Amino acid sequence: MRMLFRFLFMFFMLIMTFPAMAALNIFACEPEWASLANELGGERVKSYSATTAFQDPHHIEARPSLIAKVRRADLLICSGAELEVGWLPMLQRQAGNTSILPGKQGYFEAAAMVERLDVPVEIDRSMGDVHASGNPHVHLDPRRIQTIAKALKIRLVTIDPEGSDYYQQRFKDFSQRWQQAMQQWQQQAKPLKGTRIVVHHRDWVYLFDWLGIEIAGALEPKPGLPTTAGHLVSLKQTLTSKPASMIVHTIYQNPRAAKRLSQMTNIPVVDLPYTVGGDIAAKDLFSLFDVTIKKLTGVLQ
Amino acid sequence: MKTKMTFFGAMVFVCFSSTSFAAKQGSFNPDISLTLDGRYGSYSNNSDYELPGFMLGGEASRGEQGFHIGHNELVISANIDDMFYGKVTTAIAEHEGETEVELEEAFIETLAIGNGVTFKAGRFFSDIGYLNNQHGHSWDFMDAPLIYRGLFGNQLIDDGLQISWVAPTDLYFKLGIEATRGERFPAGGATNDGKGASAVFAKFGGDVGVSHAWQLGFSHWNADVEGRTSGVHAHGGATEIPTFNGDSKVSGIDFVWKWAPNGNSRERNLKIQAEYFERDEDGTVELAGSSPLETSTYQGEQSGWYLQTIYQFMPRWRIGYRYDRLNADNMGSDALVLEEAGLDDEGHTPERSTIMLDYSHSEYSRIRMQYAKDDSYEDSDNLFFIQYIVTLGAHGAHRF
Repeated sequence: MRMLFRFLFMFFMLIMTFPAMAALNIFACEPEWASLANELGGERVKSYSATTAFQDPHHIEARPSLIAKVRRADLLICSGAELEVGWLPMLQRQAGNTSILPGKQGYFEAAAMVERLDVPVEIDRSMGDVHASGNPHVHLDPRRIQTIAKALKIRLVTIDPEGSDYYQQRFKDFSQRWQQAMQQWQQQAKPLKGTRIVVHHRDWVYLFDWLGIEIAGALEPKPGLPTTAGHLVSLKQTLTSKPASMIVHTIYQNPRAAKRLSQMTNIPVVDLPYTVGGDIAAKDLFSLFDVTIKKLTGVLQ
Repeated sequence: MKTKMTFFGAMVFVCFSSTSFAAKQGSFNPDISLTLDGRYGSYSNNSDYELPGFMLGGEASRGEQGFHIGHNELVISANIDDMFYGKVTTAIAEHEGETEVELEEAFIETLAIGNGVTFKAGRFFSDIGYLNNQHGHSWDFMDAPLIYRGLFGNQLIDDGLQISWVAPTDLYFKLGIEATRGERFPAGGATNDGKGASAVFAKFGGDVGVSHAWQLGFSHWNADVEGRTSGVHAHGGATEIPTFNGDSKVSGIDFVWKWAPNGNSRERNLKIQAEYFERDEDGTVELAGSSPLETSTYQGEQSGWYLQTIYQFMPRWRIGYRYDRLNADNMGSDALVLEEAGLDDEGHTPERSTIMLDYSHSEYSRIRMQYAKDDSYEDSDNLFFIQYIVTLGAHGAHRF
C-alpha cells in the first residue's frame, strides 16, 4: 500500500508540474456549442463535442470517455435548462475537476443567457419530460445565438485573459457575418411566416418563434414519450380541420412515426439537421441555418 | 421500531411535499427521490435455500414467494457547499413481518480538491466490481448475480474512507483505495481498532468509434475477519451459529461493453457485461453455541462468474439473459464442521440461467418479468418473478 501511495504521489507531482497547455480545452455538451466555441476561440481553443447530431442529448450516459474528457476540460459549454440533467452532473462530480463545477467560470450554460420559452407554470411528471427552466433547445434561434455568443466571448476573456484582443476581434467578425446572414435568412424564410408545422419533439420552438411558424402538433403524445397509434389518429383529426404544411423530423428521432402520419395525411416529411453535423451540408452554425431554411422553404414551392 | 416508522413517515412527507420542486435540479433544496419496488415471486421448490460451499449472510436469499414489497428506497442528495456533496439512501423493507429501515448509504464526497482527486467518507457501496456500487433497482435483473450473493450477501457496503483519482488522459483511468470498518458481512468484528477491511480498484474505459463504449475494472478487497456469522442452524435442540475467524481476500475483474447505433441508445442498444471474483480465506470455523464447541481449521477457495446480455430491441422494451456459475474448494481439519457451516460444496456446482423482459413506460417506471432455472443448490428450482420499479422525484443519473 505504501508503495502505491508513493507511486501515486510521484505521478501526481509529474502532472502538476506540466506547463499549462497552450490551447483552452473546451467540452461542449452539444455540437452547436463546439461550433460556436470554434467561431469565437479559433486557434486558442480545442473543442470537443460530447454528443453528435445523431444522438438525443436527453439520453446520454456518463460513460468513461466523457469523464476523461471533463477531467481535462477548462470550460464546459452546455445548453443547460436541465437538458443534460441525466448525465452532466454525474460527469462533473466524477471527474475531480474543480474549475468546471456549477457556479464556476468554467461552466457556461447557454440557456441561462437568454429568455426561455415554454416555461411551465406548474410541473408534474404526468406531463412528460418537461423542463422546469423552460425549453432548452435555444440554439435554433439566431437572435439568441447572438446573445449567447456575446456572453461566451466575455467568459473566454475571463478564463484566458491573454487572448482578450483575439477573442474581441473574432467576436466582432463573427457578429458582422452573423447579422448579415440573419438578414438573408429572414428574407428567404418570408414565405414560412404563418405556416403550420407538425414536429416530433418540441425542439423547434425557438426557430418557429423567430420565423413566425405555428406548431400544428407533436408526434410525441407528451414530451419524451414515444408515439402511439392512438395519438396519430387524434393528430390526423386535428390536421383535417386545421391542416399543416409539413412534418419535421430530425436524424436522432425514429422516422417511422413521421412517415406513418405522412401516409395518413399526405403531408410531406422534411428531415432537418437540428444541429451541426445533422446533415452533410450543415458543417457549422451558418450552414446549419442555410440548410434548415432551404429545406423548409423547399417544401412550400 | 416506532421511531423508525416515524422517521419513515417524516421522510415520505418531505418527499411528497417537495415533488413540485424536485423536478428542478440545481435548486437550493436537495434532490429527493423515492423508489418504489413491488414484486410477485413463485418457486417450484420449497426447501430452505442454500448455496453449497458458501456461508450465506447479508441479504443473500432467493427472494420471497407471493406478493411482497422489495427495496423501497428514499434518496436525498445535494451539493452541500462548493466543497462537499452529500447523499443519504435509506431502504425500507419488510422482513419477517417487521418493517425495517436500513441506512444503505450516508456519505459526503469532495467536489473541490481538483487534479482528479476525490475523497469520500461515510457509509457507501464499495467501488469494487461493476455492479457493486449501483443500487439494486438499477440492476438489469431483479436479483444479484450468484457470486455477489455468495461472497458479499448481495452487495458490499461498509463505513470508511475512499480516495480516488482520475488520470488526465484520453483513456479513462481511475484508481481508488478504500479503508473501511469491516463490521458488516462479509467482514466482521471491526478488527484493527475499527479499520478491519480495505480495497483497491482500478478502472479503464473508452469509446471505440461513436457506437461502442467499454469499461474494464480490477479490484481487490481484504479483511481481518473476527466472528463473521452465517445462517442459524437449529440442531438437536441447540442453536449453532457457523462463525468464521481469519483472513479473507477477494480479487475480481469486471468488463462491460455497450453498443448503440451511432451512440443513440434511445432506439436500440446492447450491453454485455461479465464479472469474475475469487476469494481466498484462511482461518477457523466454529459452530458457536455447540457444546462442546465444534471447531475446524478452514482454507477456503471460492470463485464464480456471470455473463449477461441486455438488448433493447425497440424503445421501452428490453430482453436479457444471464448465466451464473460458482465453484468452491474448501478444506479444513474437520469436514463435518465445514459441512454444518455450509462450506461443503456437496459435489455440486451451483449454476443458474435467467431470462428477463422489461418495459419502461418512461425513464421513471419499469415493469419486469423474470424467469430463472436455478441450480444453485441440489434441488433444481424454477423461479418466476414480476416486479415494478418506479421513481418519484428527482431525475436519476444515467450512469454507465
